[in-house]
Amino acid sequence: MAATADITLAQIRKGLYWRKQLDKVFVIVGLLVLFSCLGLLATLFIDLVHKGSSRFGWDFFMNFPSRKAERAGILSAWVGTSLIMFVTALVALPVGVAAAIYLEEYATKNWFTNIVEINVTNLAGVPSIVYGLLALGLFVYTLGFGQSVLSAGLTLALLILPIVIVATRESLRAVPKAIREAAYGLGATRWEVTKDHVLPYSTGGILTGLILGLSRAIGETAPIITIGALSFIAFLPPSPVSGDFPFLNFEWLKSEFTAMPIQMFNWVSRPDQAFQANSAAAGAILLGMTLLMNAVAIWIRYRFRKKINW
Amino acid sequence: MNIAATKPESASLAISVEQRRSQHANPPKATAESLDFWYGQNQALKNINLAIPENQVTALIGPSGCGKSTFLRCFNRMHDLQPDTRYGGAIHLRPDNINLVGSDVDPIEVRMRIGMVFQKPNPFPKTVFENVAYGLRLRGVKNRTDLAERVEKALRGAAIWDEVKDRLNDSALALSGGQMQRVCIARALATDPEILLFDEPTSALDPIATAKIEELITELRTRVTVLIVTHNMQQAARVSDFTAFMYLGELVEVDVTSKIFTNPARKATEDYITGRYG
Repeated sequence: MAATADITLAQIRKGLYWRKQLDKVFVIVGLLVLFSCLGLLATLFIDLVHKGSSRFGWDFFMNFPSRKAERAGILSAWVGTSLIMFVTALVALPVGVAAAIYLEEYATKNWFTNIVEINVTNLAGVPSIVYGLLALGLFVYTLGFGQSVLSAGLTLALLILPIVIVATRESLRAVPKAIREAAYGLGATRWEVTKDHVLPYSTGGILTGLILGLSRAIGETAPIITIGALSFIAFLPPSPVSGDFPFLNFEWLKSEFTAMPIQMFNWVSRPDQAFQANSAAAGAILLGMTLLMNAVAIWIRYRFRKKINW
Repeated sequence: MNIAATKPESASLAISVEQRRSQHANPPKATAESLDFWYGQNQALKNINLAIPENQVTALIGPSGCGKSTFLRCFNRMHDLQPDTRYGGAIHLRPDNINLVGSDVDPIEVRMRIGMVFQKPNPFPKTVFENVAYGLRLRGVKNRTDLAERVEKALRGAAIWDEVKDRLNDSALALSGGQMQRVCIARALATDPEILLFDEPTSALDPIATAKIEELITELRTRVTVLIVTHNMQQAARVSDFTAFMYLGELVEVDVTSKIFTNPARKATEDYITGRYG
């Protein structure tokens, strides 16, 4: 290494020492910030588990809410949440994916698609209570779905639609142009290219987006309170599978419902201290459900990454 | 095959080329007639007239940006995938004399008749079998035995059958770059294209894989009409019967390959092949 006329090697070494120190400072600051975030989440979770520890058990899962704190459970809440999530996923996935495919693969760039694109991104920022008000007017009254699982599922589907659309578009865009050209070159139509190649290769990203959307929806309280979730329900919606022909029934869609966050909100607002433990236990379970969904999303992404490596 | 860099103007190369290549052009499979092409306002091809002889190899050479790839992609209407592109003139395909770039001709029909192999190997992230079978499936071939038969034939035709016959159900992405490219050639061959287009097919490959692909192109010549774009003049000299030199969107000169490389008629061609620019 040749030092230039005015900078000696010693000077370069000294300068390098300080520059590398600065590098280390950044690593330390980064780790500090990271651990304080993770620590906060861990503290929250441990606190909930600790406060609710007396309530964990089979009974808590299998009991309906009750006036007596020690007998109250979350059966109607977790069943309600599961059914709502099911409807949400079933609606948000096809609608979101179809919208993303249109915008990414079919739409030509013009002022109209520009406006649509900007608004899809904006929708992600609309406060969830506004979705609740929209749903109350549209689903509950105008369309007459009532205060039902169906209304709640549709509302949350609207809420996570932007997340699903943005995630889907990103994973569609990640499919290399060369792959599309290969398929077009063999004489495939646009739909065949999408159906046979682009969609299958981006499934991982699409499902990840859907699950991240669902884990946002699962904790939403405001919109489903707005459309009229009940906080005290001592029955389950009719079972979707029945013993008689045609074995499926859709009565559960019209059923009244409650959900995990609603149940928590109900318990936490009671004066009786005993209910606080219930609320904490339900909170820990809800957080656990969210973390589990995120873990599934990570696993799916990992599986598909391993299979398809451009 | 000798893959060492040979000076294009060297006498030994010229002799070997003349020994191996016919100097007589077969009747044309396709003819470009006053072909123009525009990207928006920008004219990329200007009045190109060129006959592509049947079952022979025609190479397109020229400096970067001269329009050789653009010209190649007219043959299977790849430009139609981009907005704001426009063709002028015609490329007539024998025997039915259809105008490949005619606005009344369906680009998808054109792509089903003219195969293409791309610059970078681009197999689908599916099995080797499904890669080669895809074109057949698009044509509605469903019968397992028919598919298996034609996939084998295509893989043999692309000189890769022996290497992949036990790995037909493995992902094509697990193959080496050269093998992937030959699978891509098999994929294009499976549907019996009337012309096979190669867009710098070896630019992403190592010398040994390149040699195999070149050998394959030389063999394919008896069965299919080949049009190949190459950056590498030695490659053009090794694989082609005829070479066309393009510059700034125009066709400067086309002739028997050995003549282009030993005794070009135009000064611009000579400057290019002797490395004075490019």
